[in-house]
Amino acid sequence: MSTTTVPPHVRLANEVAVQFAHQPFEVAAAAVATHLRDFWEPRMRAALLAHVASGGEGLDPMAVRAAELLRPAA
Amino acid sequence: MTLLKEPDFGTPAREGAATVEVTIDGVAVTVPPGTSVMRAAKEAGLDIPKLCATDSLEAFGSCRLCVVEIDGARGTPASCTTPVAPGMVVRTQTEKLGKLRRGVMELYISDHPLDCLTCSANGDCELQDMAGVTGLREVRYGSGVEAGANHMDLLKDTSNPYFDFDASKCIACSRCVRACDEVQGTLALTIEGRGFDSKVAAGAGVSFMESDCVSCGACVQACPTATLQEKSVVALGMPTRSVVTTCAYCGVGCSFKAELRGDELVRMVPYKDGGANEGHSCVKGRFAFGYASHPDRVMAPMLRESITDPWREVSWDEAIQFTARRLREIQAEHGPGSIGAITSSRTTNEEVYVVQKMVRAVFGNNNVDTCARVCHSPTGYGLKQTFGTSAGTQDFKSVAKADVILVIGANPTDGHPVFASRMKRRLRQGAKLIVIDPRRIDLVRSPHIEAEHHLQLAPGTNVAIVNAIAHVIVTEGLADREFMRERCEGVEEWETFIARPENSPEAVADITGVPAADVRAAARLYATAGNGAIYYGLGVTEHSQGSTTVMGMANLAMATGNIGRDGVGVNPLRGQNNVQGSCDMGSFPHELPGYRHVSDDGARDVYEQLWGVPLLDEPGLRIPNMFDSAIDGSFRALFVQGEDIAQSDPNTTHVHAALAALDLVVVQDLFENETAKFAHVLLPGTSFLEKDGTFTNAERRINRVRPVMAPKTGKQEWEIICEISQAMGYPMHYDSSAQIMDEIAMTTPTFAGVSFAHLDRVGSVQWPCNDAAPEGTPIMHENGFVRGKGRLVETVYVPTQERSTRKFPLILTTGRILSQYNVGAQTRRTANSAWHPEDLLELHPHDAEVRGINDGDMVALSSRVGQTTLRAVVSERMPVGVCYTTFHHPVTGANVITTDNSDWATNCPEYKVTAVQVALSSAQVAVREELAQRPVVTAGD
Repeated sequence: MSTTTVPPHVRLANEVAVQFAHQPFEVAAAAVATHLRDFWEPRMRAALLAHVASGGEGLDPMAVRAAELLRPAA
Repeated sequence: MTLLKEPDFGTPAREGAATVEVTIDGVAVTVPPGTSVMRAAKEAGLDIPKLCATDSLEAFGSCRLCVVEIDGARGTPASCTTPVAPGMVVRTQTEKLGKLRRGVMELYISDHPLDCLTCSANGDCELQDMAGVTGLREVRYGSGVEAGANHMDLLKDTSNPYFDFDASKCIACSRCVRACDEVQGTLALTIEGRGFDSKVAAGAGVSFMESDCVSCGACVQACPTATLQEKSVVALGMPTRSVVTTCAYCGVGCSFKAELRGDELVRMVPYKDGGANEGHSCVKGRFAFGYASHPDRVMAPMLRESITDPWREVSWDEAIQFTARRLREIQAEHGPGSIGAITSSRTTNEEVYVVQKMVRAVFGNNNVDTCARVCHSPTGYGLKQTFGTSAGTQDFKSVAKADVILVIGANPTDGHPVFASRMKRRLRQGAKLIVIDPRRIDLVRSPHIEAEHHLQLAPGTNVAIVNAIAHVIVTEGLADREFMRERCEGVEEWETFIARPENSPEAVADITGVPAADVRAAARLYATAGNGAIYYGLGVTEHSQGSTTVMGMANLAMATGNIGRDGVGVNPLRGQNNVQGSCDMGSFPHELPGYRHVSDDGARDVYEQLWGVPLLDEPGLRIPNMFDSAIDGSFRALFVQGEDIAQSDPNTTHVHAALAALDLVVVQDLFENETAKFAHVLLPGTSFLEKDGTFTNAERRINRVRPVMAPKTGKQEWEIICEISQAMGYPMHYDSSAQIMDEIAMTTPTFAGVSFAHLDRVGSVQWPCNDAAPEGTPIMHENGFVRGKGRLVETVYVPTQERSTRKFPLILTTGRILSQYNVGAQTRRTANSAWHPEDLLELHPHDAEVRGINDGDMVALSSRVGQTTLRAVVSERMPVGVCYTTFHHPVTGANVITTDNSDWATNCPEYKVTAVQVALSSAQVAVREELAQRPVVTAGD
C-alpha cells in the first residue's frame, strides 16, 4: 500500500510548493497554480480544493494559496 | 562476416573535401587527403584483394594481398596502409601482383582446413573468395599435415552461448582483435604468442565466456572466415534473405539486417548504413532475439471474468467485443474519466499514436500515459522548460567532436553499449571525462580510459552538485557571457542565484560528500576544455528533483555556450527503443502529439477537425494518479500496451492493490507478464520482427521497423486498437501503418516531412523533419532555441524526503546491466541469462563486514515498504552506505523495496534513493549454523 497516510493530492501539492519556496510568496503560489493547472487531472485539483475547504490539514500554505488561485477555474 | 554484404571500402573514410586526384588502373578518382589507395580504388569501382582490411577498422597491413604498384615508388606497397598523394598513378592488377597474391594465398591455404563444402561459412568466407579472386589453382606446400606444422588441431571454444571460436580456421589477420579494440573498445582479445605460435586469445588462458568479452559480436562480424561464427549459422545454415530493421532494445536504436532462411530468423547483423550504430551492436541486439519465438509467447486472445478464474482462449472477435463492451459499461456506470490506457516505449510510433487516439477520441478523456513516466518524463519537462522542446540536442556522432564529456547518472557501457563504444573511441583519442555517479561505473576506469574526475556523490544530491559546478563557472568568470546575453533569458537573476554562497562547492560538500576541490576542478574542465557535452540517464531523472537536475544541466550548457553545434549539448540516453517516439506521439496526459498542450485550442482543433469529435482540454491522469484513483474507486479500467507495470513500477504492493481494485484490466503483450496476473483480457502482441512501423531513438532519429515475418498472432497491434475503437462505436480504419504515419505527419509540424517512402529513400531522419529541414535536424538549437531564447532556471536544491535512518541505514539505488533489459521479459527468455541469472545486491566491503555478509551470501533487503531476498556481491565499486541492485527478475521483485516518492514535476518515481537495511537472510543464517555444527575434518582423519 502507499507509504504514507497523507492523501496523494496533499503530498504531491506540497512537493510542488516546496520547489517554488525560494520565490516571493505570491509569485510562487501563482507558479504552483499554473503547474497544477497544466499537469493535474481535474479530479485531483477538485480533491485539493475540497481538502482546502475542509481545513487544509497538512497542506503547505503556498499550496493552499495556489488552490485558491485555481478555484475560479475549477 | 555477413552474407548480404554492404560495400566494404577496406579502410575508413577520411573527413574533408575531396582534393587529392589519383589515377588507378587508368581511372581518375578524387578523394580526401589521408584516404588509402585501397579505398580510393573502391570508390573508383575497383576491388583490390584483401583479407586483413575492412572499412570498420584502421589499416593493419598484415595480409599482403592488397599489394599494388605505384609509379615512382619502390616495391609493391600495401594499398591499405598507403595514403593517396596528388598525381599518384596506381596499378592494381599486373602479372607480378597476381603472382605475389597467389603466393600469399598458398601460404594461407596450406594451413587451413579444406572442408569448404561442409564449413558453416561456405559461401560467406573471404578466404574462399580470395582464393577465387587471385586464381589460386594449386598449393605447392600441400595442405594440413602434409604441409608440415600447422594449426589445424587447435581446439574449438564453444563456451559462448552465441558464437564459436574455431582456432583451426584462424588466419591471424587480427580483425577480431582490432574490432574489439577499435569498434567495441573492450580490448578483451589479443594475439598470444609469437611467430608461428601466434593465435587469437580471449585473455590469458581463459575461454571466451570466462574472459572480459562482452559478446557484442564485433569480432564475429569482422572475422573473414568461419573462425568466429554464430552458433545459429552453424546449426541452421546460411541465411538466404535479409530485411533491414531496427533493434527492439535500448534507446540507441541500432539498425540491423535480420537475416533469415524462409521465415526462420538465423541472425541479426548490424547494418553499416544505420545512422545510430554504423555497423556496431551489443549482446542484446545482436544475439538476444530468441524471445520472439519463445514458447511462452501468448498466441491467442484470452479472457476471464475474474482474475481468480482460469484463462479461456477465445477468438479475436470475442476478445475485442468483450473489451469494448466492458469499457463502455464502466464508463456508463462511473463516468467518462473512469477508464484510461498506458502506451509502451517498446511499441512503434504508429501503435502508440492509435492508442492515444483511442483514448482521446473514443474514451473521450486524456487518461493516457506512457512508461516514459517512470524513466524520462523529467527530460520532457526540463528540456521543454529550458530549450523549448522535449528532446536531446545532438546526434550520436556528435560525441566524436567533444573535448570534454560529462556523464551524469548514466552507465552507458551497460545501458547504451553501442553509444558507449562511440564515446570510448573519443575518449581514447584524448577527450576528457567527468563522471558524476555514486557508483564507480566501468567508464571511470577501463582499458585506455580513465576519468579525469569521478564525483562520487551521495544519491539524491544531483541538483546540489550541478549547481555547485555552475557556481564555479559563474563566480570564476568561466561563463560564456556573450552567448548568454544573446541567446538566453533570465541571465541576471540566474547568475545572482547561482553565485549565492549556499551553492558553492564548499557549502554543499557535506551534502554531496564530494570534496569542493574536485568539484571546482571538474567545473573548470567542463567550462574551458573546448566542446563540452553532457550525457545523462536515469540516475538524473529518477529522483525527487529529476526535472530540476535536467534544468540544471541545461543551465550548465547555456552558461558555457555548449549548445547548438557539433560536440556539445545536453543528451538524454533513453532507456527503451521508442521512449522518444512514445513521448513524441502524444502519450502524455497533458500533451497532444508533438508536445502541444491539450489546452492549446489550435492544436486541438487540428485533431477535432480530422477525428470528428470534440477533445477534452484538461490533462488526464498520470500512471501514479491512475493507481491512486483506482484505489479511491474513481478509476476503474485500464488498457496496458506492452508494459509490465506490476513489475517495473515502484512500490509493488501499492501497484498490485491498485490493479486488483480495477474492474477491467486489458493487457496487450507478448507474454503473460506480472501485470497479466491482474488482467481480464490478454491480447497477444507482436514482436519487433513482426511489426511494421517506426521507432524514434534518443537522438530523435526515426528509423523504419520493417516486418521480417508476418504477425504470428495474425494481427498488427494497431489493427487491434482500431477494432476495439470500432467496437466502441468510433470508426477508426487504416489500410496500413504507413497511413498512420501519414496522419502523424499531417497533424504534427515536427513530423511534416516524414513518410515511410521518405524513410525508405533516405534511411532515417531526425525530427524536426519538415519543409524547413527536409532531411531532418541532427543538431538542434543552432541559431536559436525552439522557445526563442533559452531559459535559465533557478534550480534550488531541495533534499529528498527519503533519508537513511537507524532502522534503514543504507541507501539503495537500482539500475540495469549489460546482458539484461528492464524487467527481463525479453532477455530472460534468451541465453543472456547465462551472464546474469539473478538480481544481485552490490554493497561495499565495510557495509558487508559489519553485517557479517560474505560475497555470495543470500541477504534480506528491506525498506519501509517491503522486503525481498537476493544474493550479495561485495564490491568496492560501491561507496560506503550505498547498495545497488537490478530489477530484471520478477522472483526478486526489487520494486517491492522502492517507494512511491517521485519527481515533483512529473511524478517520475524516485527509484534511485530508497533507505534500506541489509541482513543475512534467515536461510543463510541456517546454512551457517549447520556448517558450524558439522565436525571439523582434518587431513589426518
